[in-house]
Amino acid sequence: MLFQRNPVMSAMCLIANFFCIASLYLLLKAQFLAVIQVVVYTGAIMVLVVFVIMLLNLGEEQKLSEKLGAAKVLGFALGLGFIAEMAYLFSVSGQNDMALSGQAEMIGSVEGIGSALFGKYLLPFEITSLLLLAAMVGAVILAKKKI
Amino acid sequence: MNADAISINHYLMLSAVLFAIGVAGVLTRRNAIVVFMCIELMLNSVNLTLCAFSSYLGNSAGQVLVFFVMAVAAAEAAVGLAIVISLFRNKQTVNIDEINILKW
Repeated sequence: MLFQRNPVMSAMCLIANFFCIASLYLLLKAQFLAVIQVVVYTGAIMVLVVFVIMLLNLGEEQKLSEKLGAAKVLGFALGLGFIAEMAYLFSVSGQNDMALSGQAEMIGSVEGIGSALFGKYLLPFEITSLLLLAAMVGAVILAKKKI
Repeated sequence: MNADAISINHYLMLSAVLFAIGVAGVLTRRNAIVVFMCIELMLNSVNLTLCAFSSYLGNSAGQVLVFFVMAVAAAEAAVGLAIVISLFRNKQTVNIDEINILKW
């Protein structure tokens, strides 16, 4: 998605990426998260993004960078540095053959997530609802005719 | 190859690579919406790490945290895109090089 000039193509690649991550969640026996990933990310967020791209009627970017050669070089250098660092860490840490935990199936189910969410993590859950309310008010105010 | 043969290292490596791609995108792309999508990609790679640790260590806290991160990402998407729309309305561009009204 990084090398697509057209933002719509970039968004489509990102949606494919989200589906792949959802299948990885299924491999990790986190069924609830897989469903939420598809519904929230591809169903809500990416639809919003594609809608905004269409609304703004953006063309293709002229060039990936015109005068900012230094920033581009720095970005790729930092990214490659991060990958190299990770590769070094993994090579040092060696192979661990830790198996998937036996409780994984129980944790990942809707029942497991729900009991954790409404039991131990009830207060953060309620604060999340407040956060969503604040975001809703903010979006409405920002989208008003005149700011 | 069955699912048990995949060790946690593979998930960690994949999410590190995804995060690096997201960082490179944020630092190189000039379109505000594409930068925004790269941030979503980074959030997703962190989610994958949390979920992998949660499943391999048998602790539910990671998956609950992934749920909260998704809620924050949804809120961020709503507010961020509203900001992009109002910027475009005022400046007729979403190129982040041309948006420098906070600079003096």
